[in-house]
Amino acid sequence: MSKQYVMGNGAIALGALKAGVNLVAGYPGTPSSEIIETVAKYPHEGTYVEWSVNEKAAMEVAAAAAYCGARAMVTMKQVGLNVASDPLMSLAYVGVKGGMVVVSADDPGPISSQTEQDTRRFAEFARIPVFDPSSPEEAFDMVQEAFVCSEKYKTPVILRPTTRVDHAYASIDAPDTFKAKEYEGFVKDSKKWVIFPRLSYLNHAMIEKRNVEIGEEFSSCRFNTVSGDSNKAVIATGVSYAYAAEYLKDHPEIRLIKVGTPHPLPERFLLKALEGVSEALCFEELSPYIEESLLKLIGKHHLELDVRGKLTGDVPPSGENDADSARRIISRFLGMEFDETGADHAGAPQPPMRPPVLCAGCPHRASFYAVKRAMKGKKAVFCGDIGCYTLGNAMPLDMVDTCLCMGAGVTMAQGFDHMDPDAVSFAFVGDSTFFASGITGVVNAVYNAADMILCVLDNSTTAMTGHQPHPGTGRNLMATPVEKVSIEKILLAVGVEKVVTVDPLDLDAAIAAVKECAALKGVKAIIFKSPCVAITKPDKKLRVDSETCIGCLRCIKEIGCPALSVTDGKAVIDENLCTGCGLCAKLCPVNAIGGAEG
Amino acid sequence: MKKDIMICGVGGQGTVLASKIIAASAMDEGSAVHSAETIGMAQRGGSVTSHVRIGEGAYSPLIPVGGADLLIAFEPSEAVRNLRYLKKDGFVIVNRVPVKPTTLGSSEGYDGKEEIAFLQSKCDCLVVDSDALCAPFGSSKFFNVAVIGAAAGTGKLGIGADTIRNTIVRIVPERFQEKNLAAFDAGSKIGVNQYANQ
Ligand SMILES: Cc1ncc(C[n+]2csc(CCOP(=O)(O)OP(=O)(O)O)c2C)c(N)n1
Repeated sequence: MSKQYVMGNGAIALGALKAGVNLVAGYPGTPSSEIIETVAKYPHEGTYVEWSVNEKAAMEVAAAAAYCGARAMVTMKQVGLNVASDPLMSLAYVGVKGGMVVVSADDPGPISSQTEQDTRRFAEFARIPVFDPSSPEEAFDMVQEAFVCSEKYKTPVILRPTTRVDHAYASIDAPDTFKAKEYEGFVKDSKKWVIFPRLSYLNHAMIEKRNVEIGEEFSSCRFNTVSGDSNKAVIATGVSYAYAAEYLKDHPEIRLIKVGTPHPLPERFLLKALEGVSEALCFEELSPYIEESLLKLIGKHHLELDVRGKLTGDVPPSGENDADSARRIISRFLGMEFDETGADHAGAPQPPMRPPVLCAGCPHRASFYAVKRAMKGKKAVFCGDIGCYTLGNAMPLDMVDTCLCMGAGVTMAQGFDHMDPDAVSFAFVGDSTFFASGITGVVNAVYNAADMILCVLDNSTTAMTGHQPHPGTGRNLMATPVEKVSIEKILLAVGVEKVVTVDPLDLDAAIAAVKECAALKGVKAIIFKSPCVAITKPDKKLRVDSETCIGCLRCIKEIGCPALSVTDGKAVIDENLCTGCGLCAKLCPVNAIGGAEG
Repeated sequence: MKKDIMICGVGGQGTVLASKIIAASAMDEGSAVHSAETIGMAQRGGSVTSHVRIGEGAYSPLIPVGGADLLIAFEPSEAVRNLRYLKKDGFVIVNRVPVKPTTLGSSEGYDGKEEIAFLQSKCDCLVVDSDALCAPFGSSKFFNVAVIGAAAGTGKLGIGADTIRNTIVRIVPERFQEKNLAAFDAGSKIGVNQYANQ
């Protein structure tokens, strides 16, 4: 045993390894990615771990392990659960033999996500249990408990951490090495493992009955707690509980209730915890899940209880909670005053806005710029997708007209083509996104005879989520050398007749490739191939010769590289950021940009 | 010891390593530590913060507004943006060198001078210059370690310099150790001088 200072995601990984997990699969997504990375990093014997091609694949790989009686864990961000929801919904009916934990990380804010969806709703929808940790320490305990619960009730169980738990660090007591559990192996039984309407009918009834039992068991679960005895109660969940507990630490008399197992609802626990309470504030993030559950409970038991929260406007409907909102909202509810302890910051100058940007030297910038130049003055739609390259929407590039969800860019480009055949339809898709959910869209476009240009932005990594390998990289997590899956061969195989591979930093060749494809009918593909600057060593840095620079600022106005800024009316390059990609030098009209000496 | 330390800057400046070094060092001295990082989209040039909470009684990973004993800012406007987290009698260490926002527009002409003057008028602060401090090491990438040196030197960090040097040796890859230790010492000297002046 030793103390490990790890992120909440690391704590989840260590908890699963301690539980003897046999198989872990997932697809990257902030805030969940470090779970798999931690599993892969710690010495473990007999645990198989993989980055799957997407969340649906991960869920199904894990389901097979659980059918074998092995312990399996799948990890993803909340929107990943949408992709994996097809197998999950059916799996909820079929059930499992070995423990199966589905980690779906929610992202209140949202900080790095498309949606503010609430995985607790998914658990309720799928009729399966969910654990909601309030800290990394609790996540470590909960994941182990989730395996036990899953095996006892033979159902997949969800663990739903949120960003602030995933990315908070704490000390965890964990063994130094881990060994996976023994398991029986798959025992054939088609009445059990083959889903048919009859099986679903029978199991549906069983599940509803079982959920009442689980709710009863959860009512004595250590993750649901109550302290204080005031007749006004604060009910908090997840990290919001931590904010509330910190604010109320000098008020032990205030009744503070934590619900760590939101579904099936621990009814008996709540009824007891709320005895003598006349007013309760639900302090939770994302959806008013506990608040609505409480309203149902009140109806069912005819309780005299006033419930406040998101539905009453006491807690904001969107965005994350924090220590500050906890203080404001809870003190208002309790009618308490609080002292301002902060430094005087009145009259502060307005800080500049800092939207996220493509890194200096990012090859995506060059790809977008090449398409922009090639299509100048022509009617075109630019469908973006999810990844670093979504940032191509920012000024001055302004090259992302749509972004919906992973893979949507390809299929939407096809849709735009059918609605407006005069405009050239472009789809920009990253390499990881292409493998995750782009390929079916290409098949659809070929099959339905669309005219469009697919631009695969191949930077040899899954950059946005922290540089995970994918099928195109030739690496996987078990460190076995694997063949790179070729994007070009896939495209040719599904019937794309024109496939060009070009280095986007070779600007003239890139522009020529786009122009050539734009003149052709059918589905055409350009693979812009250049590695992510975060995984390569920079070339020689560039600098601006201020004597030669005429201050036209074309470099800044056209490509928006963060290494470029203006000083005294002339462009300057920050050598700490420059990677020497050379794009700015190619558009300088007076050749003022060149290699820095030294 | 109980101390809440907030580190802020712009994605890519190396704030995460700084918070890791502080957290690991405080643990070596026997304190309980909790911390939190900005990870994700904002790391691509957005505003980032790290919260390091040393000692018992930190229930949540985030420092409450008005709760930080020490604000370490890698950039002037980021110090101003996060000043509301500082306690009334809290201390600020701020880098004078601005990171200019990429897009031209409203913030054109931003040079950080007004921000530094504002900070100096409002609170107890140590202004450092990452360009000058890091010049001997050839890259401003060493600022994250140098600024910890400065914080330790002032005594406001509450962690011994030797403990931190040991942490650097433990977690920084060997080929960067020498420069990092030198950067730490250079920062430390500035911090000690400031302390002596008070
Ligand atoms: C369904 C779903 N799963 C995962 C994510 C998280 N995610 C955001 S971007 C991204 C992949 C980006 O990789 P790539 O397409 O190679 O583009 P890059 O960031 O490298 O430019 C992922 C997995 C998501 N948004 N949606």
